[in-house]
Amino acid sequence: MLELEFMRLAFGAGLFVGLLAPAVGFFLVQRQLSLVGDGIGHVAFAGVAAGYLLGLPPVLTALVASIGGAGAIEWLRSRKHTAGDQALALVFYTGIAAGVVLISLAGALNVDLFGFLFGSILTTTRADLALVAVLGIAGLGTIALLYRALAAIALDEEGARVAGVPVGLLNTALAVLAATTVAVSMRIVGILLIAALMVLPVIAASRIARSMRETLLLGMAIGVGSVLGGLTLAYYVDLPPGGTIVLIAAATFLITSAASGLRRG
Amino acid sequence: MSLAVELRKLSFGYGGGPLVLRDVDLEISAGEFVAIAGPNGGGKTTLMRVALGLEQPSTGEALLFGEPAARFSRRSTLGYLAQRSQLGVDAPATVREVVSAGRLAVGGLFGPLRRRDRSIVTEAIERVGLSASADVPLRTLSGGQQQRAFIAKALAAEPSLLVLDEPTTGVDVDAQEALAALLDRLHRELGVTVLYVSHEFGAVERFVERLVLVRGGIVFDGSPAELPHVWHDPSHVHA
Repeated sequence: MLELEFMRLAFGAGLFVGLLAPAVGFFLVQRQLSLVGDGIGHVAFAGVAAGYLLGLPPVLTALVASIGGAGAIEWLRSRKHTAGDQALALVFYTGIAAGVVLISLAGALNVDLFGFLFGSILTTTRADLALVAVLGIAGLGTIALLYRALAAIALDEEGARVAGVPVGLLNTALAVLAATTVAVSMRIVGILLIAALMVLPVIAASRIARSMRETLLLGMAIGVGSVLGGLTLAYYVDLPPGGTIVLIAAATFLITSAASGLRRG
Repeated sequence: MSLAVELRKLSFGYGGGPLVLRDVDLEISAGEFVAIAGPNGGGKTTLMRVALGLEQPSTGEALLFGEPAARFSRRSTLGYLAQRSQLGVDAPATVREVVSAGRLAVGGLFGPLRRRDRSIVTEAIERVGLSASADVPLRTLSGGQQQRAFIAKALAAEPSLLVLDEPTTGVDVDAQEALAALLDRLHRELGVTVLYVSHEFGAVERFVERLVLVRGGIVFDGSPAELPHVWHDPSHVHA
């Protein structure tokens, strides 16, 4: 399998995606913002469509759109004029509607949208891998640097605000990280399934982990295992990689839940 | 004695709406242990938020240690226990991870905690009597123990002012008693100013020097012993 270049590229990108998505999702899950990745994913679709319309690389335009969408969700949420789920719904539906209109304007309804929506192992190019590697390393480095601050806000946002911690800035950093993850992952997992890879490994890990740090590290391990296992299965059984990856992550949740139940007796 | 909190002719309404607080004058000296009580919706949490500089008064002013509360320069010395519903009690965190979070504003945002910060965290855990559970997941502890962990988090900042918002919600009466005794001990040992904001004040009535009742403004301010009988907290065994 690895003698084929497209599989080597997919595995290379998958390694970063498998590590980054649960690492960012960890903070979203702790803050009960599990669906934010989904909202950003829908805006990323509008970004892909804009890329076709403007003749620009779709990953780059998706990155810009995702950051805009994540910023909009965070802005609406932090102003407290709009409830969290309403902010998400607003961005969610605007994103998907803009995507449909832009892709139609670009006359690109016949392009390989299925690959962007649900992932494909054939579409990762060398340029994609380079971009995924740069953004992936930058994202993981930012998380390592800000881990303590992001974890503290997840535990007690108001307490951090009282103590003068720049909560707004850190929330924006998390929104940008989530947007970057969506753009980085869309080739492999697909726009519509990336949120699952941000959330499922984390909730699977949280069933058996005994600390925040353990949950984060185990979630990242489950993420990498799901992506690499999913790509391998997709190759040998000819399945869509995004769906296969997410089903493996979901199966891991069932396994860790059973293990947690057995431990409690 | 210097003043920790000063509210002068303060009124407040959310978003330009009707006033929640009217003509409030309040001075709390450094080192006092004060209960701020009143019915739900009476404005006590709002009063606390304005006092901490989280909301801007419509008229009048709020000062913290002599500085305008909204621009207070030593925020890292404010220890705050938010309402239980705002805390991540279901996060897969250990007690030590929770308490370490309280050292964020003092120890810096980036990278791991330094050795000195870690020893202050350990000391805060000891002070609330959770040393044996320091590396145990928070969600496996009782409600009272979880509150102790969050009090230790506030203590880890080595605060000059400790504010607790409805700390006994969801905690049984015995745990409320234990929590009140703990706060009394911390107040005496550390000399920290404590503001205990709650609609139930029965648990702390024996310990506080001063009780402030809030209902749209301040309707009583004095020793709990002077409180008219009709206003005693009916929710508690000591009422």
